[in-house]
Amino acid sequence: MLILSLLFAFLGLLLGYASTHFKVKGDPLVEKIDALLPQTQCGQCNYIGCRPYAEAIASGEADINQCPPAGEEGIIALADLLGIEKKPLNTEYGIAKSPQVAFIIEQDCIGCVKCIPPCPVDAILGASKQMHTVIADECTGCELCIAPCPVDCIVMRAVK
Amino acid sequence: MNPLNKFSGGLKLTAHKLISPINSPPLPQRLIYPLLQRADCSAKPVVKIGERVLKGQLIAQATDNLTVPIHAASSGIIEAIAPHNIPHAHQLESECIIIKTDGLDESVTLKPLANYKDYQPTDLRQHIHQAGIVGLGGAAFPTAIKLHTPEQAIHTLIINGAECEPYISCDVALMQTYAEEIIQGALILQYILNAPRCIIALENTQQNAYHALTNASQSHNLEIIQIPAIYPTGGEKQLIKVLTNVDIPAKALPSAYGFICQNIGTVYAVHQAITLGLPLIERIITITGSGIKNPQNLRVRIGTPIEDLIAFCSGYHVEVEKLIMGGSMMGLSLGSDDIPVIKASNCFLALTKNDKITAQQSCIRCGECEQVCPVSLLPQQLHWYSQSQQLDLCEDYQLFDCIECGCCDVVCPSHIPLVQQFRTAKIDIKIKQQQQDKALLAKKRFENRQARLAKAEQEKQLKAEKRQAAIDKMKAAAKKKRESANPSPNPLPKGEG
Repeated sequence: MLILSLLFAFLGLLLGYASTHFKVKGDPLVEKIDALLPQTQCGQCNYIGCRPYAEAIASGEADINQCPPAGEEGIIALADLLGIEKKPLNTEYGIAKSPQVAFIIEQDCIGCVKCIPPCPVDAILGASKQMHTVIADECTGCELCIAPCPVDCIVMRAVK
Repeated sequence: MNPLNKFSGGLKLTAHKLISPINSPPLPQRLIYPLLQRADCSAKPVVKIGERVLKGQLIAQATDNLTVPIHAASSGIIEAIAPHNIPHAHQLESECIIIKTDGLDESVTLKPLANYKDYQPTDLRQHIHQAGIVGLGGAAFPTAIKLHTPEQAIHTLIINGAECEPYISCDVALMQTYAEEIIQGALILQYILNAPRCIIALENTQQNAYHALTNASQSHNLEIIQIPAIYPTGGEKQLIKVLTNVDIPAKALPSAYGFICQNIGTVYAVHQAITLGLPLIERIITITGSGIKNPQNLRVRIGTPIEDLIAFCSGYHVEVEKLIMGGSMMGLSLGSDDIPVIKASNCFLALTKNDKITAQQSCIRCGECEQVCPVSLLPQQLHWYSQSQQLDLCEDYQLFDCIECGCCDVVCPSHIPLVQQFRTAKIDIKIKQQQQDKALLAKKRFENRQARLAKAEQEKQLKAEKRQAAIDKMKAAAKKKRESANPSPNPLPKGEG
């Protein structure tokens, strides 16, 4: 009896110690969901980036079919992770496309810098009244730079 | 001599080797040099269109460590630097330097190193690099890089003459004809590596080559060892296992364990480069197979179009079906013969319908493939997982250790193209990995940007607060001053004065 109670007391202390010292920082589910998202940071899901969308999925606020860049494959992966039924992509948020990158037609660029702030990954290089260019390796193809351009010199090209 | 060992798996295959002297085809009309050498690594041309070049002249220089210089194999005019068909696994065309030969075969002055022992190993390595020498066994890895092992002393140099793939016989022909040069080349490499032991290994079916080498090596401290002809005994790690009973782990290089393997052809090329000053502009290749009228071994200039060589071998039989660069086990299937011989070409194999594989059936899980796999994988599981796109499981089952030797293909009673599936799965995994890396980079950049924006916002706020505080302070001070200058709380009456 005594031995058992001592043992339980010890184990209780051990668990208490473990729960404070080995606590997982952040929400592990959000991390897992975030890892499945394409990190395009395009905001088509109506959240400002992939991580906020992951948080919204984890909290049940958003559905799993709001990410067009992830496409059907991404939805299946999310459904597997969360143990829910897969569903078709909600086309209200956009349609799935093959990977693409932004390309600035340099002759047409007037150097207005308007495309630089919207880029979520700082992949556009340029300065006022200087020609801009897209760092193709870092561009996620989110299309956020297309609308602000006053001379429509940014086009999307398929990734080779 | 130590007793020989055995690697697990492997197959005894019909050799199909031809016994032929080395013939020389006539000078081709055109020589074609692809600039692409490794994935995304190309040499840079140093000649212009219309320029005349001489035999042995540098026409493209190395751009990094993994590329080597390219030299013209005969004199002529640079006709074009343009895309042309190349022998490549997934690319049909690539930028090539095309030389129209003038038939004079004029050479540049060669710069041999008279006595190699007068030079430092570093200088010899540099010379080998400048001569454009790569591994001639098929992988075409730059030899100078392979000979550079600063972290690990090399105790054994293995000269690989075990030409285990069926049909290929260029190395055997080389050993029979140029035994003396090969021994000299081996001694040069041994000097560069400072390796105490040097073994020349060849299959026990090649008695003529064995005698030629033993005769040539009598006064030197070299071991010539005959090994059983079990495919793929010519694989680097399999050969080391057979000769020394050392297992090199899957992801390690033999050099980390003090071994260096060099192909017979490479050793010969090193000898030519050091003692004659000849860059790598020629190699021995085998033109063979049931689809060729007159199969033979040829000494060809690198850059020669294959069609010229086929014509020299009296052309194709009518029933020819398939043209392969390399052997029947690991070779690369070619779409056309309008492609040049490159440094990695050791054999061109034309097969007729009779040699064709029968139709594929489902896997019956007989386990034959697992018995013959020389790297002890489970091909039946890998087949299962690669077909169902379970790429994580493919990796767990060590797909990347597969050396693509093709043993499993040969024994499969259902004729499943296993190696082809494994190659595709490897590419799929690599693509997925790249996507993941890219997503990770985007995530990191996005987070950094968010952090930067938050910080800027905070700084702005802080500044605003500070400014506000300063303004408040100034206002307070001014008020105080006013109060002290004019103690009367009542303002002056209006209109006074």
